Amino acid sequence: MPSISKPIATHPSLQRNALGLNIRDYEGSMSTLCAGCGHDSITAALVRALWELSLPPHLLAKMSGIGCSSKTPAYFVNGAHGFNSAHGRMPAVTTGAIAANRDLTYIGISGDGDSLSIGIGHMCHAIRRNVRLLYLIENNGVYGLTKGQFSASADIGSKSKRGEPNEMAPIDPVLLALSLGASFVARGFSGDKEQLVPILKAALAHNGLALVDVISPCVTFNDHSGSTKSYLYTRNHDLKATESDFVPPAQEILATIGQNGATRVTMHDGSVLQFKSVPDGYNPTDRQGVVSYLMSQKPGEVVTGLLFIDPSSADLHEMQRTSDTPLARLPFEKLCPGSEALDRLQQEFR
Amino acid sequence: MHQHHSGINDFAFKLANVNGTGSASANGLLMQAIFRMGIPVSGKNLFPSNIQGLPTWYEIRVNHDGHTARALDYDLMIAMNAQTYARDVQEVVPGGYLLHDSSWPLDKSLHRGDIHFLPIPLARLCNDAFPESRARILMKNIAYAGSLVALLSIDMRIVEELLDERFAGKKALRESNLRALQLGYNYAQEHFSCPLPFHLEKMDANSGKILIDGNTAAALGCLYAGATVAAWYPITPATSVMDAFRQFCEKYRRDPESGRNNYIILQAEDELAAIGMVIGASWNGARAFTSTAGPGISLMNELLGLAYYSEIPAVVIDVQRVGPSTGMPTRTQQGDLLACAYASHGDTKHILLFPANPAECFDFAVKSFDLAERFQAPVLLLSDLDIGMNDWVVPRLAWDDSYQPDRGRVLSEQELARLPKFYRYFHEDENHVAARTLPGVDARGAYVTRGSGHNKFGAYTETPAEYQEVVDRLARKQKAAANFVPFPEVRRQEGARLGVISIGGCDLAVREALDLLAARDIRASYMRVRGFPFHSSVEAFLYEHDMCFIIEQNRDAQLRSLLTLETCVPKNRLRSVLAYGGFPLSARQVVDGIMNELERSERTGRSVPVVRD
Repeated sequence: MPSISKPIATHPSLQRNALGLNIRDYEGSMSTLCAGCGHDSITAALVRALWELSLPPHLLAKMSGIGCSSKTPAYFVNGAHGFNSAHGRMPAVTTGAIAANRDLTYIGISGDGDSLSIGIGHMCHAIRRNVRLLYLIENNGVYGLTKGQFSASADIGSKSKRGEPNEMAPIDPVLLALSLGASFVARGFSGDKEQLVPILKAALAHNGLALVDVISPCVTFNDHSGSTKSYLYTRNHDLKATESDFVPPAQEILATIGQNGATRVTMHDGSVLQFKSVPDGYNPTDRQGVVSYLMSQKPGEVVTGLLFIDPSSADLHEMQRTSDTPLARLPFEKLCPGSEALDRLQQEFR
Repeated sequence: MHQHHSGINDFAFKLANVNGTGSASANGLLMQAIFRMGIPVSGKNLFPSNIQGLPTWYEIRVNHDGHTARALDYDLMIAMNAQTYARDVQEVVPGGYLLHDSSWPLDKSLHRGDIHFLPIPLARLCNDAFPESRARILMKNIAYAGSLVALLSIDMRIVEELLDERFAGKKALRESNLRALQLGYNYAQEHFSCPLPFHLEKMDANSGKILIDGNTAAALGCLYAGATVAAWYPITPATSVMDAFRQFCEKYRRDPESGRNNYIILQAEDELAAIGMVIGASWNGARAFTSTAGPGISLMNELLGLAYYSEIPAVVIDVQRVGPSTGMPTRTQQGDLLACAYASHGDTKHILLFPANPAECFDFAVKSFDLAERFQAPVLLLSDLDIGMNDWVVPRLAWDDSYQPDRGRVLSEQELARLPKFYRYFHEDENHVAARTLPGVDARGAYVTRGSGHNKFGAYTETPAEYQEVVDRLARKQKAAANFVPFPEVRRQEGARLGVISIGGCDLAVREALDLLAARDIRASYMRVRGFPFHSSVEAFLYEHDMCFIIEQNRDAQLRSLLTLETCVPKNRLRSVLAYGGFPLSARQVVDGIMNELERSERTGRSVPVVRD
């Protein structure tokens, strides 16, 4: 991940968040991805979401595996630690990190190769453990860094740059996550920041693993006319199932804008999700209903929105009943039983 | 050629059982009773990779001089398995004894004229005494234990005391066990001349000692070292490390007020994830570890390289079993030395510790965390199945309450504030370690940890000089660790030109072998290697001796390979004695190996630098 540091030029007129930080404070190094890469738009949406939520940069942890997507932790929030680990292993490394320090906000950035092929097992098990993590898949249907092989999310019939059609069934991370019992599932499109930012904010507030699959066209290898992950195709087939607003707890003034029959979901921390529009009879907390809705769409439609949320799910630490103090911060005196206890224990070893 | 002497507190017996029939409990009882009689004793469980129905053996050896490595001569066989009877009867030494269940007639063809038979109708006795079928099977084991109490003169009061402890609060079970014990005892007393010529007499060799397996001891070490995150994937023979860690944590790590856990155990989806979790947790500043065996090490290779290159502590307990591939999961070997020393692609080299017994498993487990954090690197503790799963008599574990964990160079918020700018791999100390920062402390300490090419500032690089600068420091750092790993244990013999070198669980057998060789006027100095990278004294020992025998439990002489790779000693000075069939090493294998090699050298005319007094 070559990095070019960005000149820090802020204008005094830039708006500040509750921490007194402006959006520039959430930026990272200059991206080295191709011009027009969907991933950079997602980074921008993420920067916006983090800034709007006023999350302290040093309390964020940016985790990734390997691939174009996994380079992006360098491109946002310079003040946060990042971990660009190994291909497919982000969920495992992140699970360990979360186990050790429950106080940080974790952002895992992965791609379709990273998460749907080499690391699919780790992804599934991170979902099972419901670790508190924004799990972002920057999904472009193609291996970029190795120059254009199909990934496991490539649709049947989608053509490579050389014109060969993909013949194998795609793995859909949204349906997979739903079937695994994921507690938060969404899909966005890198070209629609307006829809994506509130999804990311809700995901960051969610008490568990929030899987956000973002269609993110690869301008170099998968943005041609035969591709089903191109900008044009996604724009033409984007079926916005839901549109939502995210209202953090502190701001929950009773201005319930746009309550046109939409659903409100109160999240674990008191934040409110306001669905501005959902299809008739759609309930984002009904897993089976959501799955049926997704399965009943015409093939080729790209259904986007915050699709499912279980606001009462228990995360790993609740399930394991771990201490509120992060394990990594417990003083040694609390951890070592001492010589007397050892002497007593050894009465049993005879 | 091997003269066999047995006598008071110096003999071995073997119990041949069918696994899943409850024999382990009876055999453990015998071993424990002998331990409490103050006699040096060992128990080796030779069990199958199976839950029920296959042959399993338990060997108990007592030796007043403390030689308790595996014996190959059995004075007494308790033949409880018809399936293996033919084999078992052959293993008894001439003049020895065989105890068998005479509820059914014994096949005449299996008779041996040179041993004594001790027929006891165990099944019939138990069928008459116990109405329930499962109890009949279980109690048969306790009944033969009762016979052995009489035959070997085991202290009955100690056995009863043990049953009291085991079945505290379970009166009915205690009663039926006592009854079965008495059945066997009485039958032996009535029908045989008890005790046998070789038997037990109380000693006082075990005061200040405990009976413990290496996996329990290693888990205890992790507890005492302050490990809070454990990640693992179930695998024989390492599973009991995590079982024990869980039990200790439930006892010592549950906050009495809140009831919340000051630990977490993550059962991972595979070993790739287990080591990934350890790395993630260590990156965040927790003491974290995983326990595994060879197949797990193979899978962990990838991320061990990540931890090595990005300089993240990680503790791996490798309880070695027989490889390659699935190999023999319930058999012991030292076959992971090379795989661990250089685990992962590219130039990597790791810190290894080699405990020889459960006491060292405890001490070295603690040490592993200190080394991992000081050197910001993976540390692999290489135990094995014999050490890990068998009960050993070792000195009582000691804990120094003034111990403070060595957390290595980690910058605090205050230290960061004083720095003009923080760079991750800059400003190395005398051990070539650079300070790290933990996430969540201060934005000034933020950086991106990466397994991709990086320069000393922590930034991505593809520039040769920048890349080399970092990996060259890593090499220096690894070298520096040689002064921090446990030094070799050396026992010099005045004037000896022959050196014997061993590792890990070979120790007891090699010590016994050295005594046996000394009795043949072959004197040798002894060195047991306890850590890698090798301390300079390891190489010095090799040079001090004209010929060195390396005793180890693998086919390919892996320790010898490591010594030739990592020291300048000429390869032809190093001879191998290898035992790798999967059972714990015995002194006879060592003596035979050394004698054969010495004789071969003599025959081929190469000088044999042996001092014969």
